[in-house]
Amino acid sequence: MYSFEPSEEQKMLVDAVSKYAAKDLRPKAHDAEEECHLPEDLVEKGWELGFLQASIPEEYGGFGERSALTGVLAVEELSYGDMAGAMAILMPGLFATPILLAGTEEQKQRFLPEVVEAEWKPYSAALIEAKFDFDPQDLMTTAKPVNGGYILNGEKTYVPYATDASDILVYANLEGKTQGFIVPKETPGLQIGERQKLLGINALPLYSLGLNELQIPAENRLGGVDGHSMDDILDAMHLAMAALGLGLSRAAFDYAREYAKDRDVFGVKVAQKQAIAFMLAEMATEIEAIRLLTWEAAWMVDTAKEGASRHAYLAHTGAADMAMMVSDRAVQILGGHGYIREHPVELWMRNGRGVATLSGLAIL
Amino acid sequence: MIEFEMPKPIAQQSYVLQTVAENMMRPVSRYFDEHEHEIPWDYINFMHMAMRATGAGSLAPPERKEEPKPDEKKKERPPIAYQMLAFMLEMLAWGDVGMYLVTPGGGLGAAAVEAAGSSEQKKKFLARFMDEKPTFAAMAMTEPQCGSDTSAIRATAVLDKNTNEWVLNGEKIFVTAGQKSLEESQGFIVVWATIDPSAGRAGMRSFVVEAGIPGCQVTKMEHKLGIRASDTASIVLTDCRVPFENILGSPEIRTDTTKGFKGAMATFDATRPLVAATGIGVARATLELLKQILAEQGIHIRYGLPRQKLTNIEREIIDMEVMLQSAWLLVIKAVWMADNKKSNPLEASMSKLRAGDVVTRITQRAVELMGPLGYSRELLLEKWFRDAKITDIYEGTGQINRLIVARNILDYSGRELR
Repeated sequence: MYSFEPSEEQKMLVDAVSKYAAKDLRPKAHDAEEECHLPEDLVEKGWELGFLQASIPEEYGGFGERSALTGVLAVEELSYGDMAGAMAILMPGLFATPILLAGTEEQKQRFLPEVVEAEWKPYSAALIEAKFDFDPQDLMTTAKPVNGGYILNGEKTYVPYATDASDILVYANLEGKTQGFIVPKETPGLQIGERQKLLGINALPLYSLGLNELQIPAENRLGGVDGHSMDDILDAMHLAMAALGLGLSRAAFDYAREYAKDRDVFGVKVAQKQAIAFMLAEMATEIEAIRLLTWEAAWMVDTAKEGASRHAYLAHTGAADMAMMVSDRAVQILGGHGYIREHPVELWMRNGRGVATLSGLAIL
Repeated sequence: MIEFEMPKPIAQQSYVLQTVAENMMRPVSRYFDEHEHEIPWDYINFMHMAMRATGAGSLAPPERKEEPKPDEKKKERPPIAYQMLAFMLEMLAWGDVGMYLVTPGGGLGAAAVEAAGSSEQKKKFLARFMDEKPTFAAMAMTEPQCGSDTSAIRATAVLDKNTNEWVLNGEKIFVTAGQKSLEESQGFIVVWATIDPSAGRAGMRSFVVEAGIPGCQVTKMEHKLGIRASDTASIVLTDCRVPFENILGSPEIRTDTTKGFKGAMATFDATRPLVAATGIGVARATLELLKQILAEQGIHIRYGLPRQKLTNIEREIIDMEVMLQSAWLLVIKAVWMADNKKSNPLEASMSKLRAGDVVTRITQRAVELMGPLGYSRELLLEKWFRDAKITDIYEGTGQINRLIVARNILDYSGRELR
């Protein structure tokens, strides 16, 4: 059957996340971006909503089952508040979720409880590399098997909380396949570079990472001796980006609509002009269409349908265009005011462009 | 629970309809495009026979089918009749959208009777679709001087108190299947006219005019860009007399309400997603052929690659898939809401405007991308390019639907957002 009605539990979660996003995240978003810093208590409060904890089974310290669809619903709400804040709250998942999806039993027992049973702590992952055609399935960073372990070499970029994280999940090219390796912070040869300055999401601390002859024990390879497939992980990353794009776009749409209904022009409200009203109608339609595409992809992932990976990819692709289209129009509808940093739409436009690029910085 | 599992009855229906589309529509698609105003009787008779035999697939809204047999078991299942209809139309349009439009069963005319008629009227006017011969019905709304602005309709209906008949006068154009309804079958058209020109929308009513009634004449058949298998008729009403009981809705004029008019507009909430579904069918046909031609050239789409690594043609195809699937899901949501008796004017208009955008864009890109193959009448791509455009025009243009969406999201009345 088809149904577009979230379950009661999903509605409750969405409601709680939505309140936090509106009352906590959004009011802090501007200053966080300007100061390049997210207040710790803000992130901790978001973490306590328990989104990741609810996707980890009890035997590993959580209290639920992972659902990509529930994840999509929750992440849209978080991102409605602020995309950088949403990413920070989700950050421990960037380390934990791949272990849940692809790790050995021993890895799950060893790493998951310490992530989910504690307060928010920085965990990190390093996937992205600094080249224009960066491809997660064709990495420059290499892993070479040596007696009883692996040697990692290469450079990573956009690594969140790299200075504070106790463990980093580093992805490297092992004989043509992308594989994850759990790298403890104190591993010799791990060099944390300068904090990176970007077009947007500047509240989120991101660093470059140098890997110089890193020796990693065999048991730290994600999935153990046989390794793992990247499919589930990449699907979950695509869906996370799509959901982040949805929340950001809905925020920009709502803001532009309220502004247009309030602003006078030639004796009427600016929203009463079809030139503006039609832009808003197209924005709303775009958001609804891509939301359904994302929901369907998440449902396919949850029910292990054939073609789920393709659909997750399509949802991300659609969301990247949506986020750019909607946030650009929001700036346009505010006119000169849209260009001023006192209004949030210019930040959403900068963050919105990132939806296409930042896959690897969030997972659900 | 949010779910996207295609219901079993729909999957079974799609399997059957795909056979029809492949075997009865595609092989003659080009012929009926090039022989405008010839009628595809083989398809019509087959569909009529099949629909009579199974009782399924009427193009009129589904309540009609459910009434005769209030099966206890069926009530427990979620209603899916509109969803079935949307999937049916999508598949038939995938076969040939022009031919789909001549599927017997009442179409928009029957939909109007279903939406606004009394139970006696439904019995009287709708029974004919199960007759031995295929029967058609049509909606006559547009006039030479007005299209989307239906409140400007000039056709008049005056009650002759002596004979208790309505006397209709006026000219209607763009009546889809009008000729088949009046001349090729014992069908009817639903005519929009005013019973009080001074009352504006409050005076607007619709009337059932049956085939064979004097004073109702088909005067012209249009020659069109596409959907040429479907007749688009001009109809002139000259002192055309219909019985009093052929009026749909109340004959009384109340200037304080436009309820009757709004009721008629609500019909569109059901029909717009269905029209959108036909656009999706054409778009899917196009995209599938495009991918097939590419595959024959050894080009397979590498999903999952970063955009920067894709070829232009891969990006085009991927963008088309995003457009197509997201538009189709809007349709499914809109008909799901109709099935579940949820108010859906916003979703209906969203699905219609998106489908109109998507099908024109995909067919236009396809003709360009396929170069000389696309522009040639050897393949159907150029035909689908022509067929597609009507999706963005009939049943409310893309602009009218944007207006409706905008009023909904802005919470504006028609006066606040003109």
